[in-house]
Amino acid sequence: MGSYILKRVLSMIPVLFIVATIVFFLIHLVPGDPAAVILGPEATPQEVEQLREQLGLNKPIYEQFFSWFVGLFQGDLGDSIYMRKPVLEAFSDHIGPTLSLALLAQGISILIAIPIGVLAAKKRGTSVDRVFMLIAMIGLSLPSFLLGLLLMLLFGVHLKWLPAAGYQPISAGIWEHIRYMILPAFALGTIQAAVIARMTRSSMLDVLSMNYIKTAKAKGLKQRVIIYKHAFRNAFIPILTILGETFGSLITGAVVTETVFNLPGIGQLVVNAIVRRDYEVIQGTILIMAMMYLLLNLLIDLLYGVIDPRVRLSRK
Amino acid sequence: MDIKPSVQSNVSVDFNYFNQLKQQLKKERRKLMFRRFISNKSLVFGTILLLIVCLFAIIAPYVSPYSPYDIDPANRLKGPNSEHWFGTDNFGRDLFSRVAHGAQVSLVVGVSVAVLTSIFGLVVGLYAAYYSLLDHILMRICDALMAFPDILLAIGIMAVLGPRPINVVIAVTLVKIPVVARIVRSSALVVKEQTFIEALKSQGASSWRIIWFHIVPNILSPMIVQVTYIFAIAIILEASLSFLGAGVPAPDPSWGNILYDGKIVIFSAWWMTVFPGIFIIMAVLGLNIFGDGLRDYLDPHSNKAMK
Repeated sequence: MGSYILKRVLSMIPVLFIVATIVFFLIHLVPGDPAAVILGPEATPQEVEQLREQLGLNKPIYEQFFSWFVGLFQGDLGDSIYMRKPVLEAFSDHIGPTLSLALLAQGISILIAIPIGVLAAKKRGTSVDRVFMLIAMIGLSLPSFLLGLLLMLLFGVHLKWLPAAGYQPISAGIWEHIRYMILPAFALGTIQAAVIARMTRSSMLDVLSMNYIKTAKAKGLKQRVIIYKHAFRNAFIPILTILGETFGSLITGAVVTETVFNLPGIGQLVVNAIVRRDYEVIQGTILIMAMMYLLLNLLIDLLYGVIDPRVRLSRK
Repeated sequence: MDIKPSVQSNVSVDFNYFNQLKQQLKKERRKLMFRRFISNKSLVFGTILLLIVCLFAIIAPYVSPYSPYDIDPANRLKGPNSEHWFGTDNFGRDLFSRVAHGAQVSLVVGVSVAVLTSIFGLVVGLYAAYYSLLDHILMRICDALMAFPDILLAIGIMAVLGPRPINVVIAVTLVKIPVVARIVRSSALVVKEQTFIEALKSQGASSWRIIWFHIVPNILSPMIVQVTYIFAIAIILEASLSFLGAGVPAPDPSWGNILYDGKIVIFSAWWMTVFPGIFIIMAVLGLNIFGDGLRDYLDPHSNKAMK
């Protein structure tokens, strides 16, 4: 197991290197001089030159690349030109609402999706199955920001059951926090739930057709025991994989959904950065998010061994 | 084609006969394919939804007397009525025309992304599968690109390129090439190991001929299915980018920026959220269902049964 972890961690290094390289060159895609673009047409040549120096754009490209990398290892992602503080600090100021939204949405989606997926597999081919899968298909086709707007319209504007938009931090009380988060979390969780429900169903169907399930039935075990104890445990690995892989789309959805509900998260940070042409912030945020994705998938890979002893044995 | 009594050699009569047989078989196959299409509910339903959206995009601008750009302050935020079927927006512009124009933008962006990701994904995937050294390099790059949450990478690209529809196509294409490349690569790896490829190699066929004339026809179906899903994702990403202000810039209408305008007046004008919303759902749902149907339709196992 130890050598497997080491191998898996080492295999991440080239990917991390390429991720960082792509992010570095992103700013160099700017047509013309990035410093002039950032400052806009009214800037004087002196100001542009000053910013070029501040950004290190006047050095040769290999030197810029090198110092960017050295900075990365020291946890230095550059400074926000507009906010005049380190990108990392700006990021950590905004990650709270995004993380809370993503976790709540994931929680909601798992609570909805897994029972639906298992039930649909159990009732395969019946109208229950078909209705659930049709709902999942519609859920899959609803971009979270659109569902957010529609939920806001229904529950926030017309029924007035919940606040239409806005944010209260957890420090203002957990209930108050959740009251503001419930609409965005549902908007984001639905699409996620659709993906997980479909995966759960197909994974359960694969497992239920196996011989050991037949044996369990022949032994006269209760169906509930067969489904939840014998089948589900084995069906869980592909579900776990999909949880990791959809983290990207969860964050994607969170960034846009936040903007719908005016949550002060990463979405707001990025959208403001676009308007202010604060490239360092965009660069830094993209890099951190990609790294989080890679680490999460590494963690999930390692979790397989914990859940499924067979994986542990085959990797020794 | 009729069989004419031939005064020439018997051989030409035989050719005629075979040609006729071939024509008949072709007709039969076309009929069968049509019957399979009709019996595939997902494919039919998906096609209908897509046709509605496409027809709306094409015909609506001719039906509506209003330009999507004409500002009419006297008629700000009017609800749906007999004159403005979908109502008007916060500048008094006709929402029906704007949603129709937005449909054109979305469909053009979606089609462009689908075509471009197919071409580049095919090239990258094929050559990665065929040359193992290239495989290592290309797949690590794909891994890295896929590690980025797609909207963030697209935002990054849009932020540096500037908000224009063509840049939306570039950004979304770059984000989605690795997805197609991976599908192509994994199918090509399987085909590459088959005996007929070995036979071709022993005959001295060039790698160009093997890749483009013998591997490609065998891997197109999984790719096409994947590309329909990417079409749907491209529509969502375009709408999201425009909603965030990084996509199609105002005053050009797109579903995303209409929804952004709609959010500002959501307390007084529900129609600005609901109508573009319905069309986004129809387009994306249509494509997803169409993709599922296409997957069943192109599945080689059921194809064998037909032959």
